[in-house]
Amino acid sequence: MSTRTAAVQPTTAVQPTTTDDVPTVTDVPARAPWSAVLPAGSHLTITDLHGNQAVDFLVYDAHDHAVRYSAPDTLQAQGGIFLTTGSVLMSGEHTPLMTVVADTCGRHDTIGGACSKESNTLRYGHHTWSQHACVDNFLAEGARYGLGKRDLVSNVNWYMNVPVEEDGTLGIVDGISAPGLEVTLRAETDVLVLVSNCPQINNPCNGFDPTPVRMTVTPAPTADGAGR
Amino acid sequence: MATTGQTRTTYGARDHARAQQGVRATAMPKVPPPDGLVWAETVAGGGYTHKALARGTELRLADPTGDACAHVLLFVAGRPWERLNAADTVKVQWQAYLGAGHLLLSDQGRVLASLVADTSGRHDTLCGTSTAARNTARYGDGSPHGPSPAGRELFTLAAAKHGLEPRDLPPSLSFFQGVRVEPDGSLEFIGSAGPGTSVTLRAEQPLTVLVANVPHPLDPRPAYTCGPLEVTARRAAPTAPGDPLWDATPEGRRAFENTAEHLTARGIV
Repeated sequence: MSTRTAAVQPTTAVQPTTTDDVPTVTDVPARAPWSAVLPAGSHLTITDLHGNQAVDFLVYDAHDHAVRYSAPDTLQAQGGIFLTTGSVLMSGEHTPLMTVVADTCGRHDTIGGACSKESNTLRYGHHTWSQHACVDNFLAEGARYGLGKRDLVSNVNWYMNVPVEEDGTLGIVDGISAPGLEVTLRAETDVLVLVSNCPQINNPCNGFDPTPVRMTVTPAPTADGAGR
Repeated sequence: MATTGQTRTTYGARDHARAQQGVRATAMPKVPPPDGLVWAETVAGGGYTHKALARGTELRLADPTGDACAHVLLFVAGRPWERLNAADTVKVQWQAYLGAGHLLLSDQGRVLASLVADTSGRHDTLCGTSTAARNTARYGDGSPHGPSPAGRELFTLAAAKHGLEPRDLPPSLSFFQGVRVEPDGSLEFIGSAGPGTSVTLRAEQPLTVLVANVPHPLDPRPAYTCGPLEVTARRAAPTAPGDPLWDATPEGRRAFENTAEHLTARGIV
């Protein structure tokens, strides 16, 4: 089958893989971006190699980037704030982009958004201004596909733990993930995935120590049942 | 409507059109606005409006019947790539539920508007607005010209009037129909605080404001139910050092300071 997935190097352009129906495995270094175009039916497994590593994540219709992930539509569709197995990542047109088909962590966030240099100055102080942040990863990686600032919206934070108290207080607290835990997504249509392996060092979303994560792209099953 | 014959000619058609002067509708803007106001409009349920507002303007949204739901998007006027960031708004302030004193933050670490008064206390930062697809599933239609318009469709129209496209539309906030998060993470629709509530937003930068008045997406009522929204705005002053709001939280103070630094560098203040 013909697929387009990310190349081995995490920040190189999307390239066609071989025709072999074998998974493509990429380790994304700490603090780095990553992206891939995933055909409908293919699977992406995100492995938290070292535990408690937030993976900021956006997804777009590969053929129309204006159809993109919508955290509000995803919450509406499932009636709750935590993502786990069965959660459908919805677009702003309320159409399914990807589905969580397996999750050994248990719950993930989609209300906390991405860290930015700008919001870091509010959250922690202006001494954090020169630190790297997820929005810069999204902008750098998105630019390779013609995406800009207008195309960034509230994202998914795999492995990030953001409870909401009864009085509305919310915040990023110590994670519930562990080394080797995995979440697997199925593409419901051809999608572009943008990832920032979160570089934040001012809160516990990465255990104050950003680490690599693994991306495994598995081609869609072929008509004769081969592949995965 | 059958023609009366009056509009057969240009002269008759002109007289016919001009004869409409003075007709009043239940949903309409008052132009010019009454004394002391810069904007006065009633937005029907299922309607939308929009305006560019000067820094320091106080925008009041009122729900006379208890069935309005004001979905709001904010952009910096003329620089729309700086816009409301709902995630930063709740995360930076450690608070998911909007109330008096909450700042509506942009993605640039600055304040767009301050929520300076709130008699409702039932709002939503999490669920965004409705879509054509979901309204079609729930009510049979979600098109802007149909009986149950979706918020995103109306935002698309309002945005277009300011040169903006669907990709410019981030997640929105909504006022007057509350949502709460249960301990297990599920979302509970708590609805309205009743008729006669209002919120007042103070523009801390020059703003483009888009408003869609449509049922909350989690409103469980089977019928498309949305009451009128009363919009008024008046000239006032932006929040300044010394205002209790300026120093209410360390995160908010830095947001005001970032805003002041930005506006000063641009020569706006």
